[in-house]
Amino acid sequence: MSLRTPLGKVLGSGSAGEGTTHWWVQRVTAIALIPLTLWFAASILRKPLQSHEAMSGWLGHPWVAVFTILLAITLAWHSWLGVQVVVEDYVHGKGAKTVLLLLSTFVHFAAAVAAVFAVVTLAVART
Amino acid sequence: MSQRPLSPHLGVYKFTYTMSLSILHRLTGVANSVGFALFAWWLMALASGPEDYATAMRCLSSPFAKLLLVGFTFSFVYHFCNGIRHMIWDTGRGLERVQARRSGMLVIVVSLLLTVLVVWLGCAALTAGAP
Repeated sequence: MSLRTPLGKVLGSGSAGEGTTHWWVQRVTAIALIPLTLWFAASILRKPLQSHEAMSGWLGHPWVAVFTILLAITLAWHSWLGVQVVVEDYVHGKGAKTVLLLLSTFVHFAAAVAAVFAVVTLAVART
Repeated sequence: MSQRPLSPHLGVYKFTYTMSLSILHRLTGVANSVGFALFAWWLMALASGPEDYATAMRCLSSPFAKLLLVGFTFSFVYHFCNGIRHMIWDTGRGLERVQARRSGMLVIVVSLLLTVLVVWLGCAALTAGAP
């Protein structure tokens, strides 16, 4: 006799309550990162990196700003999920695991907000 | 709880080089997370103004930082290439032992070549536009 509710069976989300979402988002962000990182690397490697004027002007350009923000958010998301899996697999102490997962979440959100804020600042300063 | 069956421990398997590639995928993934934080810090320095940006770029120009940047480059490029290998596996292709070994070798070779290319282009971009 199964103790699973009919609704639980239909949703098929398992005990963690999220089903294959984690695995799936990891792949979706990975696919998005292929063009985003290729574009960013190919662009930035042709820029005069030491020049503040040139770099801030480039990153503040509307389309460059939009795609750099997409890159930062997607990177943060993919990285957050990846670090979570590594911590869950290799850190066995309950306290240490909880602390590391919290720390990873905070750092990833902080880095993502900082990156987005920086690009928005550059875009506003340019206009 | 203690009576539950366990899956075989890692130690029972013969070590193969495809295993080290798999471990390297996770290691480079974690390294790339640090690289992402560095990227956010660099963007913040750029948004903070010319003085802060010059300071940040001076930090990134020390020999140790340059070595670290070469490491981050390889880490990123490897994770990128091996990630594509993983996505091909997700479609059910290339999982035979010979194929997995061959694609692993391809990933290593392509990663090293791309690292050299990016470092070369990066050096040129770093010397251009110096104040």
